[in-house]
Amino acid sequence: MTKFKKLCKDNIGFFFCLPWLIGFLVFKLYPFCSSLFYSFTDYNLFKGMTTFTLKNYVNVFANETERTALIITFKYAFMTVPLKLVFALFIAYILNFKIKGVNFFRTAYYIPSILGGSVAIAVLWKALFKDDGVIHTLFALFGATSPSFLSDPGWALFIICLLRVWQFGSAMVIFLAALKGVPNDLYEAASIDGAGKWKQFFSITIPLITPVIFYNLVTQLVQAFQEFNGPFIITQGGPLNSTTLMSLLIYNNAFKVYDMGKASAQAWVLFVILMIFTMIAFWSQKHWVYYQDEGR
Amino acid sequence: MTEKTKTISDSQRKIRNRRIRSEIIRYTVLILVGIVMIYPLIWMIGATFKSNSEIFTSLNPIPANPTLQGYVDAMANYGGKINIWTAMLNTYKYVIPEVIFTLISCTLTAYGFSRFNFKGRNLMFTLMLAMLFLPQVVLNVPQYMMFQKWGWVGSELYLPLVVPALFATESYFVFMLVQFLRNIPRDLDEAAKIDGCNAMQILIKIIVPMLMPAIVSCALFKFMWSSNNFLGPLLYVNKPALYPATIFVKLSMDSDAGFNWNRVLAISLISILPNITVFFLAQNQFVDGITAGGVKG
Repeated sequence: MTKFKKLCKDNIGFFFCLPWLIGFLVFKLYPFCSSLFYSFTDYNLFKGMTTFTLKNYVNVFANETERTALIITFKYAFMTVPLKLVFALFIAYILNFKIKGVNFFRTAYYIPSILGGSVAIAVLWKALFKDDGVIHTLFALFGATSPSFLSDPGWALFIICLLRVWQFGSAMVIFLAALKGVPNDLYEAASIDGAGKWKQFFSITIPLITPVIFYNLVTQLVQAFQEFNGPFIITQGGPLNSTTLMSLLIYNNAFKVYDMGKASAQAWVLFVILMIFTMIAFWSQKHWVYYQDEGR
Repeated sequence: MTEKTKTISDSQRKIRNRRIRSEIIRYTVLILVGIVMIYPLIWMIGATFKSNSEIFTSLNPIPANPTLQGYVDAMANYGGKINIWTAMLNTYKYVIPEVIFTLISCTLTAYGFSRFNFKGRNLMFTLMLAMLFLPQVVLNVPQYMMFQKWGWVGSELYLPLVVPALFATESYFVFMLVQFLRNIPRDLDEAAKIDGCNAMQILIKIIVPMLMPAIVSCALFKFMWSSNNFLGPLLYVNKPALYPATIFVKLSMDSDAGFNWNRVLAISLISILPNITVFFLAQNQFVDGITAGGVKG
């Protein structure tokens, strides 16, 4: 008994982490493993499971619908993430000068990313870009006809991207904090050496904030690959499936036709892709991310 | 002598002109971007007071003939037992417990990880960090099946949304709190320990008060995310009487978009009004939280 008591006393921290451990096992690890298991079966929520199969995985790459959804997901992520980050960094860079009313601007830019995840904003987006919406009226003001943004397969995905790019505020706030951390004497030294503003930006600012660029890149990438609300609410995946991202396909398979096996396999493909990108980002870190306190 | 001063003032003027020019460019960019960011929201507020025939015909956010019809319609039921007020009430029935449970469980976990050494700590901490990169999309299907087996889907207490919050499932907040805890000196813990406080008393009397700014940040972000959560309620709430605001807004859009936009927009605006209020009351905490902990956004 005393031995047990001592064990408890030595490991008291464990008890504080116990809730997390239970949550991890029940709500993360078990679903994670069982999802892998289901992905190799033809599990249907109502019919149950009859056989093991590799069909689900083969289909992700063989079926037209799934291949297209994968390509669209890539397109979406590689449009949204760079646009959002470049824009966030650009605005943060400007805000980092001595700007009057910096707080006002920061607030204005930040609001969309705080509210942006809500359904209400998706509804607003539809009101802006629908065929006779606000943007249409704006075009008409200049005597132009707007493209039908949400019913033209060539435009719809871009409009969904814009919704996320519009929410660049939180990335901007992180960049702004990082820019404030770049010591001023570096800029002074550089300008004595005759380096112009652009040169300073690319050879001082960018290298010093690479850790933050890296952080933003990874988090935004993880989010972009899982985007669901925008396309689900605004376009329902249409027109002509042009905004059917993987997450929508997974939702449809799992919760409309209850083909859990198929949905799990698709989720796993998406997961593996995400892991590969995260790993590439982490692995490439040592080539381009500069951590001040550790040297290079 | 005079010649020299002249050239100096010339070059000085040039520099000054250039500075003014770049300043003008900066402000122009900031204001233009500001308009793009804010105009949609202002337009939305104005549109809720417009008649349906006016909404899309003018870009002016100020209504020509203000009407409250949108709001009057917004109060009406959609046939079922649900209207915007009950939907809002439903939202906070799970948002508030989620926020409280998340704060408690994440603070306990962060305290355990950052102040104690125990068997398996490093492995557990690594796993916790790895969870930051585990996409929810891979968990949705099995979690749904699990909750369904337990009879939690459609539960009146919103169990699938609330219960996981008890177990610190949001690694972001644990991570954020651990980051903050690193900056709180351990001397205070030691002093309290010598004074005879046990681990729990140290947490409540020393750590929590000092950690308060971080805890407030967590609470604010959790509040925003939970009340914006759409997929969760979409999967786990299946009785119309229990629908939260997010689902209700989607429903109203599906049934009214096309002819009754002022109603849809009024409902949408009401649904985010609490979030807007919270944001304006606490915007500095949001900024502090996002920069200090590095939170997704």
